[in-house]
Amino acid sequence: MADRGLSVSEEGNFYRDGGRGVRSWVFSTDHKRIGILYLVSVLSLFTLGVAVGLVMRLELISHGPTLVQAQTYNSLFTLHGVVMLFLFIIPATPGVFGNFFLPLQIGANDVAFPRLNLLSWWFYMAGAFIVLATIITGAGPADTGWTFYVPYSLVTGRNVTLAVFGVFVLGASSILTGINFITTVHRMRAPGMGFFRMPLFVWSIYATSWIQVLATPIVGITFLLLVAERTLGIGVFDPSKGGDPILYQHLFWIYSHPAVYIMILPGMGVVTEIIPVFSRKVIFGYRAIAYSSLGIAVMGSMVWGHHMFVSGYSYTAGVVFSFFTFLVAIPSAIKVFNWVATLHRGSIRLDTPLLYALAFIFLFAIGGLTGLMLGALSLNVHLHDTYFVVAHFHYVKFGGGGFAFFAAIHYWFPKMFGRMYNRRIANYAWGVLFIGFNTLYFPMFILGFEGMPRRYYDFLPRYDNLQMLSIAGSWILAAGLFAMFANLAWALVRGERAGRNPWGAATLEWQVSSPPPAENFEKIPEVTKGPYDF
Amino acid sequence: MTSDGFDGREREKGHRDYTGSKLGMWLFLATEVFFFAALFLLYAAYRLRYAEGFRQASSSLSLFAGTVNTAVLITSSLTAALSVAAIRRGRKNHSTLLLLTTVGLGAVFLVNKYFEWQDKFSHGIYPDSAVLAGLGGGESVFYGLYFFTTGMHALHVIGGVALLCLVAALVYTGRVDGQDSIRLENSVLYWHLVDVIWIYIFPLFYLIG
Repeated sequence: MADRGLSVSEEGNFYRDGGRGVRSWVFSTDHKRIGILYLVSVLSLFTLGVAVGLVMRLELISHGPTLVQAQTYNSLFTLHGVVMLFLFIIPATPGVFGNFFLPLQIGANDVAFPRLNLLSWWFYMAGAFIVLATIITGAGPADTGWTFYVPYSLVTGRNVTLAVFGVFVLGASSILTGINFITTVHRMRAPGMGFFRMPLFVWSIYATSWIQVLATPIVGITFLLLVAERTLGIGVFDPSKGGDPILYQHLFWIYSHPAVYIMILPGMGVVTEIIPVFSRKVIFGYRAIAYSSLGIAVMGSMVWGHHMFVSGYSYTAGVVFSFFTFLVAIPSAIKVFNWVATLHRGSIRLDTPLLYALAFIFLFAIGGLTGLMLGALSLNVHLHDTYFVVAHFHYVKFGGGGFAFFAAIHYWFPKMFGRMYNRRIANYAWGVLFIGFNTLYFPMFILGFEGMPRRYYDFLPRYDNLQMLSIAGSWILAAGLFAMFANLAWALVRGERAGRNPWGAATLEWQVSSPPPAENFEKIPEVTKGPYDF
Repeated sequence: MTSDGFDGREREKGHRDYTGSKLGMWLFLATEVFFFAALFLLYAAYRLRYAEGFRQASSSLSLFAGTVNTAVLITSSLTAALSVAAIRRGRKNHSTLLLLTTVGLGAVFLVNKYFEWQDKFSHGIYPDSAVLAGLGGGESVFYGLYFFTTGMHALHVIGGVALLCLVAALVYTGRVDGQDSIRLENSVLYWHLVDVIWIYIFPLFYLIG
């Protein structure tokens, strides 16, 4: 790739000009540095989550206790869920790429509240430490599953109180990020950048932020109730005192279902950035994609009951939630059709970021369509709490949210670090990852359909073959992840200079040098064209 | 279309984005509303189920103490609002005094609340108590929600009092003035929220007996 910009050494960049040493990072209010802080922290916790996941798979390699006892397995799937959801996929894309690129993309020099932004990262770290502290303190990590369902979470001796409080702190971090981004989008856009000239990544972060602000407080208070229940015995969820455990499930999912869209919407935004750049075409249906982000945010808030079809509520409630669940598929499908229409007759360059984006569409489509199966009342009774559900949400969150995160890393890596990775190796790693992912999770659809329940540390002999296939898949996936990260780590020190705009993109972040200077724009740009007018 | 957005460079020169700060504060208040909304949702579900138990438990709360606290908080909102009006006219000492009055009224509220809880405790009514276990499920749940909701609200009052003390110091030392009053205005907004939440708590818990 030709080096079109000035080389890094001649121009200022935020690594060099923002000060040196740990303090210049952990107390920095520069949105780019905070983005890098998030990158380092979420990737560390992702590694932990992957390791726990691999151990869980390995446990199932033979019947009976293999590596761990049943009770430890319960703690492992809880820890895996809490780490992957609250510490990785929810903060990952907004925290890393939202922070780094949202201000750049709207032509601003920082977010609206830079100090609040730093506080949000500190809350994230505090929450992470509290959650990790449950492993080594008291009676050990929680064994309830990441949902902390009552009444079991009230009676288990494990560290539920601490874990739940840690997640509460993480929620505060998420809320502060949301408030910051909404205000930034409303107040900090460069002259000429109307709402409909914003890159669609900004739109998706904007919609995500609204969910973060409006839904997170509900789970916050619910977790505080759980803490009060365990420490003071207030009896609001305790059936022996007249409380109703089902109400806990309602309050939990009122947040946690919209949270699924906190995980996927930023990823959709990333894919929407990548596809027009690598097909050299204006995005098809800009407004439809922008509005469908808001549509997902609104509709996604009305479907929480589909997690509770067999919990015991009225048939009418089931029908209504099932119907809404089908409706929420519409805005997601609108996006998929618009992406495909953008690719249609484009001048496609099959580079690494596009490969990840295409994998996202493929895997997310499988995840989304199986979601419709789970949203159907009758089928849900059969599939509830089976491996089918496990496969479904891994296709959505890992195949969707996770692959979009990898797409974002490969798309923005040259901008963030000023260097380009080896794209041949990156493409091979993508292939291994893609094969590993499907080998790991696709058999789970069949296992679930045949009745294999989730969260069991053992299984019947008739599931032997598919379990083995899935375990083999987990190793292929791990190899793919290793190759991907090793390639990027190599590029960090040895990669060739990337230049200002290696992909030939039109959004504003590519108009500054790579890595960007400490103050972003020397002069706030005057925006005169859309984000995809190449 | 030109944006009315705020240029980061203006911030470096020491200007504040007044509208942006207000927007951020309102978003934060929205999260607080949803925070308490979840408790009101629980309240609605349980009251529907235990109408009689809720009525009985409610009639045992002190209507007098609740009414006094309502009057105290509404008055404190008035003095808080007047402190903003005072700073806009440049009357620094007046504004500080009104803020301290607000803080005092907040303290009165908390003391009153303390005695109210103390009274319940002395009758053996507190979370997980034997007396509550002897009452029906409805009354037990009512008190569970009552202690949790008013406790959460009291924590917000304490936070608000601390915030107003801080901003009173800023006003008194002149770091918040008529030109740059956003920190005062946002703090007072927060205090109004604490007041508004109470306006909902009061009838729901005290007035259904």
